[in-house]
Amino acid sequence: MHVPDGFLDAPTSIATGVVAAGAVAVALRGARRELDDRTAPMAGLVATFVFAAQMVNFPVGAGTSGHLMGGALAAVLVGPWTGVLCVSVVLIVQALFMADGGITAIGTNITLLALVGVAVGWLVFVAVRAILPRRLSSVAPAAAVAALVSVPVASLVFTALFAVGGTAPIATDRVLTAMLTWHLAIGVGEAVVTALVVGAVVASRPDLVHGARPALAARRAETAARVAAATPTGERA
Amino acid sequence: MGAGHGHRLHYHGHSPVHRAPAHLKIATLLAFVLLVVATPHAWVWAFAAYAALLLGVVALSRVPAAYLAKRMVVEVPFVVFAVLVPFVSHGPRTEVLGLSVSEPGLWAAWGLLAKGTIGVLASLTVAATTEPQQLLAGLRRLRLPDQLVQIAGFMLRYLDVVTEELGRMMVAMRSRGCDPRSPRHWPAVGRTLGALFVRSYERGERVHLAMLSRGYDGRMPDLPAPAHREHA
Repeated sequence: MHVPDGFLDAPTSIATGVVAAGAVAVALRGARRELDDRTAPMAGLVATFVFAAQMVNFPVGAGTSGHLMGGALAAVLVGPWTGVLCVSVVLIVQALFMADGGITAIGTNITLLALVGVAVGWLVFVAVRAILPRRLSSVAPAAAVAALVSVPVASLVFTALFAVGGTAPIATDRVLTAMLTWHLAIGVGEAVVTALVVGAVVASRPDLVHGARPALAARRAETAARVAAATPTGERA
Repeated sequence: MGAGHGHRLHYHGHSPVHRAPAHLKIATLLAFVLLVVATPHAWVWAFAAYAALLLGVVALSRVPAAYLAKRMVVEVPFVVFAVLVPFVSHGPRTEVLGLSVSEPGLWAAWGLLAKGTIGVLASLTVAATTEPQQLLAGLRRLRLPDQLVQIAGFMLRYLDVVTEELGRMMVAMRSRGCDPRSPRHWPAVGRTLGALFVRSYERGERVHLAMLSRGYDGRMPDLPAPAHREHA
């Protein structure tokens, strides 16, 4: 879903560029809070991981394939700020160093995939996590719902941008139908892969999963309470 | 994995286009493509002028046309879309090769193709004639936040390391009879990506510690450029 040059008109591209610059600036500050002076190497390596994960294709139907977008995945694994930052850097590197995605559409791509993808993914994740029991096993299903919602929402935002600054005279409802059907299918694949990846990391290194912190803290508190109850202390004896 | 990896798009050369400062190339690219995008579809002569200018720069850079043409494939999905546009657009219909298509849609498709192609070729030319390190330095000179440039630098530095690690894991999966594309084997792919995340994260932690032990204070030191000897 990399928007190329000439898809949206110049004013819309510039406007989304301003939005993207603001989002990246805020994400830079937020990521420094999450990662401190580890920001550059950690965000760099996570961005590389997101890029590598996007290379994994899955069949969508009708002989075509989609690939992971990774917004919800990045949000759950490393937190929303670092997530926005990492996906933005992936898009910048792809546009500038690999000619993948238009150079004037860089703001549009960051707004859609990094900002909307990660923000919607994170908000949905937090909402679902609040409903489910506070256990490590709830993290992967919540991530799946986040991925399932974030991809079609990003396509909705694209449709809105296309209605404002699209360069082809296609009726908005047709764009909407096509984008939604297509991205619902991609969203299902995205949800399954995101849940599997998050589940695998939660199983082996739950301490690395940003979205698993409350569940991990609850587990630690429970363990500590049980240990305290099971071991008689000196004073009590 | 010691020294920097040559990037896949960079084509080594010594033309004036190669020697031009990276920040100028990035700024020119952005201004040029923005101008192309802002040009109305119907100004066919303007697009011809843009294309002639761009092809002139490509010729000056002495990057082989076949090298660039092969890399234009990133545009293919978009070309497919542009071809569909005249059929789904509204507006007065016209006949082309016996098919009824929308006339404004036809113009839109032309505009999409022309702008998209010029954009991709211009980006490819800059990427092919500029070393990744120079591009990063150019971004810094264009006042992009230092942190952002650092992150992009780390991503480029470890791109081949991490993607090759994923490649080795995929080879291992395939050699055990697993097809990473089939949904039946998604659980295995999920665990592979999970392992790749843990490995990347831990690599980031090791890199950070290695940087600290060499005196990293949050800023990248300005190292003298590696002494490349100009060979004629």
